[in-house]
Amino acid sequence: MTIKHHLSDQLLMGYAAGNLPEAFSLVVATHVSLCDECRARLGAYEAVGGAVLETETAEMSEASLEACLARLGQPEAPQKPVPRRGFLPTPLADYVGGDLAQVRWKPLGMGVRQAILPTGKGASARLLYIPAGQSVPDHGHRGLELTLVLQGAFRDDKDRFGPGDVEIADESDEHTPIAEAGADCICLAATDAPLRFMALIPRLLQPIFRI
Amino acid sequence: MLFKAYGDGLLLDHRPSDPTANLPRISCMMMSQAITLHYSDAAPPQRAYVGPRQVAQGRRLAATNETDWAALMLAVRDRQDRAAFAALFRHFAPRVKAFLMKSGTEASLAEDCAQDVLATVWQKAHLFDPTRASVATWVFTIARNRRIDIARRDRRPEPEALDWGGEGQEPDQADIYEAAEEAARLTEALKILPDAQRALVARAFYGDLSHSEIAAETGLPLGTIKSRIRLALDRLRTKMS
Repeated sequence: MTIKHHLSDQLLMGYAAGNLPEAFSLVVATHVSLCDECRARLGAYEAVGGAVLETETAEMSEASLEACLARLGQPEAPQKPVPRRGFLPTPLADYVGGDLAQVRWKPLGMGVRQAILPTGKGASARLLYIPAGQSVPDHGHRGLELTLVLQGAFRDDKDRFGPGDVEIADESDEHTPIAEAGADCICLAATDAPLRFMALIPRLLQPIFRI
Repeated sequence: MLFKAYGDGLLLDHRPSDPTANLPRISCMMMSQAITLHYSDAAPPQRAYVGPRQVAQGRRLAATNETDWAALMLAVRDRQDRAAFAALFRHFAPRVKAFLMKSGTEASLAEDCAQDVLATVWQKAHLFDPTRASVATWVFTIARNRRIDIARRDRRPEPEALDWGGEGQEPDQADIYEAAEEAARLTEALKILPDAQRALVARAFYGDLSHSEIAAETGLPLGTIKSRIRLALDRLRTKMS
């Protein structure tokens, strides 16, 4: 997998700090699972966290060490990490509750499907399925939208996004991505704007959005 | 630069590790107690048996309080060494408490949680790999996760864990040394950042800033750390394929 479009420094630092909405964390964790470059950059930002930790101290009470020593039990036995079993990277598979076959797709019309994933407030995450050659619905952005390609590819007027690539778009981006011919395109998308295309509305708006 | 403890003496293996650093270092470790010595003039590479008294009397050597945390952490991981754990606790618990308080946690809860974090350090010691991260960095990730729990904030899914195959393998001493050195350099670099910029970096890690408020440029030298981790990942992928 040759990844050309990576996570931004802001996203990696926000994720290292533990301060992203869950939906964005899911995109970061999934991309990092596929991309060693961003895994290494994340490691560097976690090292900044270590440096920040070293800067300040607050006095602990006298008894705290004894209390802590008293509760130390048998350490955990080492466990081998579970290797990826299916197509979906592990963090995403955890949200789907299985692999691609377990995704509960909802049709949006013209073969486009989506599955909203259960995440906390502040941003939402969904899987999108766009048949090869089909244009991606929606797309003026409000807020920040991250789109991570899992299979296939899409293009807009500037760039091509293939497997592992993440597109970072904000209000200033106005574009009409189109899934490439060949494999159907599957993406993980997260946005902190309210979800705009519910199943019913796009059907009403079909003539306008050409979906 | 490497060292090994032999009886109550020390074997110093001194070689410059970073051509850009004009400060050669000799690190001396005695069992679970460790001190680091600096001296200011460059000296030719040397390998010498040095007893503790000679170390203490070394003329141009000035002892700092820099401790070899990785060695203590390995003593906890590999031998469940409670004395080493106590030394780690004394250093890191006050820092974790301060970190949690800075993140908005009230003092007594922060103290309880600092204990939890250090207990987790003991419990999950098998996950510590000194070639990949410094002890401070590793403790930070545990403290961060605890902070997320306290705030009942959004879940934070983790990337796929990689099988580094560390168990039963002797970690490369040079790798351990480099990881600790880089972390020390980064801590120094953070200290000398302009106040406003340092405060901004700290606030990001205290969870004070949203992702859109985080500045892209920290002003910190992250390139070497990134490159070293990347290299280790490349080696791992080669081994796996």
